[in-house]
Amino acid sequence: MTLTAPPPPAAPPEPARARRLLPAAGPRRTLAAFALGAVLLFAVAPLALTDFRLGLLAKYLCTAIVAVGVCLAWGRGGLLTLGQGVFFGLGGYAMAMHLKLADAGPGNLPDFMVLYGTTDTLPWWWVPFANPVFALAATVLLPMGVAALLGSLIFRRRVRGAYFALLSQALTAAFAIWLVGQQATTGGTNGLTDIQGFFGYALDDPANQRMVYFVIALVLLALIALARQLIHSRYGELLVAVRDSEERVRFLGYDPARVKLVVYVVAAGMAGLAGALFVPAVGIISPALIGIVPSIELVIGAAVGGRASLLGAVLGALAVAWAKTALSEEFPAAWTYFQGLLFVVVVAFLPGGLASLARTVRARLARRRTGADEDGAEQKEAAV
Amino acid sequence: MTVILGQTFTGISIGAVLLLIALGLSLTFGQMNVINMAHGEFIMAGAYTTYVLQQHLAGAGLSLLLALPVAFLVAGVLGVALEHLLIRRLYLRPLDTLLVTWGVSLMLQQLARDLFGAPNVQTRAPDWLTGHLTLPLGGAELSLPTSRLFILALALAAVGTLALVLRRTALGRRVRAVVQHRELAEVSGIPTGRVDRTTFFLGSGLAGIAGVALTLVGPIGPAMGTNVIIDAFLVIVAGGIGRLRGCVVAAFVLGVLQSVLEWSTTVSVAKVAVLVALVAFLQWRPQGLYTLRTRSLV
Repeated sequence: MTLTAPPPPAAPPEPARARRLLPAAGPRRTLAAFALGAVLLFAVAPLALTDFRLGLLAKYLCTAIVAVGVCLAWGRGGLLTLGQGVFFGLGGYAMAMHLKLADAGPGNLPDFMVLYGTTDTLPWWWVPFANPVFALAATVLLPMGVAALLGSLIFRRRVRGAYFALLSQALTAAFAIWLVGQQATTGGTNGLTDIQGFFGYALDDPANQRMVYFVIALVLLALIALARQLIHSRYGELLVAVRDSEERVRFLGYDPARVKLVVYVVAAGMAGLAGALFVPAVGIISPALIGIVPSIELVIGAAVGGRASLLGAVLGALAVAWAKTALSEEFPAAWTYFQGLLFVVVVAFLPGGLASLARTVRARLARRRTGADEDGAEQKEAAV
Repeated sequence: MTVILGQTFTGISIGAVLLLIALGLSLTFGQMNVINMAHGEFIMAGAYTTYVLQQHLAGAGLSLLLALPVAFLVAGVLGVALEHLLIRRLYLRPLDTLLVTWGVSLMLQQLARDLFGAPNVQTRAPDWLTGHLTLPLGGAELSLPTSRLFILALALAAVGTLALVLRRTALGRRVRAVVQHRELAEVSGIPTGRVDRTTFFLGSGLAGIAGVALTLVGPIGPAMGTNVIIDAFLVIVAGGIGRLRGCVVAAFVLGVLQSVLEWSTTVSVAKVAVLVALVAFLQWRPQGLYTLRTRSLV
């Protein structure tokens, strides 16, 4: 008998288990929720909101796109990635570099390079971004490539848990510091600002801003659908298994490193796409948007809404982004306290996020009736 | 030659700061697997303690020396409060402690901003820490700032004391037992809850002392904690969780590496290069420099 060939993969999971993972996932209800989301995003919001508010919503939707990836990687895969800012930034800078070059016209330097006057010729790594196809591909493939490289190095050596979270955070810190240091070629602290056009459309025209909003909303819905398919596939089952008991999965003959790598790369691609869409929506990308703090904020939204629930993560990200704008404008100090408190309360006492509020309350009530013997089991299940 | 020695000394002094910052973390991280993002804010609390003491006491030297025990207490009490109120409930969920303590650190930063104002403040260094110690070296002279030497001495003293406590006292024995096998320690009659609280007090107190030391090399501000915490965690990751020796070696190696890279390139490139070096190093030793051998799978 040889020990080389792993046993063939197990039979497809029991449907009962799949349903338990995502209680409200009946096909009809999902379709209804999807249709409702589409109506809200494509009809209600553009009619009800002013151009300014719609622009803000477009910005929030970008964070929601990142949250879809965070939900997959963290909620489903248990990878607490505090470095989504890097991928968001890579996508954003790739897009902004192309738009800056397009604004400047062929053969000209982007305005900030002329302003700083430190370089006469375009740096070599800017050159390919003049090509729109290359730039668009790079917004997704560049973050995915970086994630694949880093992930394969890290996961293969079984660096995990806290180590992984800290490394990803250090990565985003280093990236932001590096960007600040390369003032002449990346715009430094200011970042790439004052972007005028988006593939030939002037961004100061409200109609074109609306178009950007529709593109973002469409991408968000498409990615949610993709993530839902992924969650309900065999791979999705395997992902949860790796999260809950990595060693057991390894003993069953699977390679957990590969499972984690896939979700890390997918989440990175989503963050990159979000960054790329953020640029035309807001008109700027800068190190301040991708450092440690914004990277954690991207995770917070998912945590508040419910990290393991796709809908919860997306709505949570939207709500937190909205609350930040609404509260921080008027009471900046109070917002910081509120944000900290929200974080502490949700993560410590409601690890499933607001999506699990009803379930948690129901469980508490049931336990009070039957006696508090299942306390430990409940907590362990909630620990992700 | 002088340049090399000078850079090495700069590296060692960066390493001493890193060591002071990371020492407390290695204790809490190692013992309880708790990632305390608020550690940086405990450092900030130590620094502001020094500032407040200097406002109320006449001599800069006296207030600095007095700040050491006071900052230790202030930060330690903050740590115990955090442990008792939140972290105690999250032992099974190490990743969640990271997020929760980050929320706490946000609130502490804002508190500092409300109490002391958003702009950075400065302390005066006492006279005996403003000079240079010049060493004759062949033809040239090597000039070492006394404040840096003070920090180095402080870091070494802190490591020495901590090592002594861990090796020689009953408390240290209990701490080591809990780190190595919590359940076994518990059934052996060690009150793990009380040991955890004491460990957290010591670890956070060390952050306070690091804060006092940081007032000698830079300004005091609400964001100072965030600026140092990442480096401190990198030291822990490189050194290995729960090993004092790993922490010391990693701090000095990273310090010298950073100083040399900063000298030969730029600050921003050096940061990236140190991270790349760390990821490469983890390929070779995924658990850090010194690992605690256990039979557990995770």
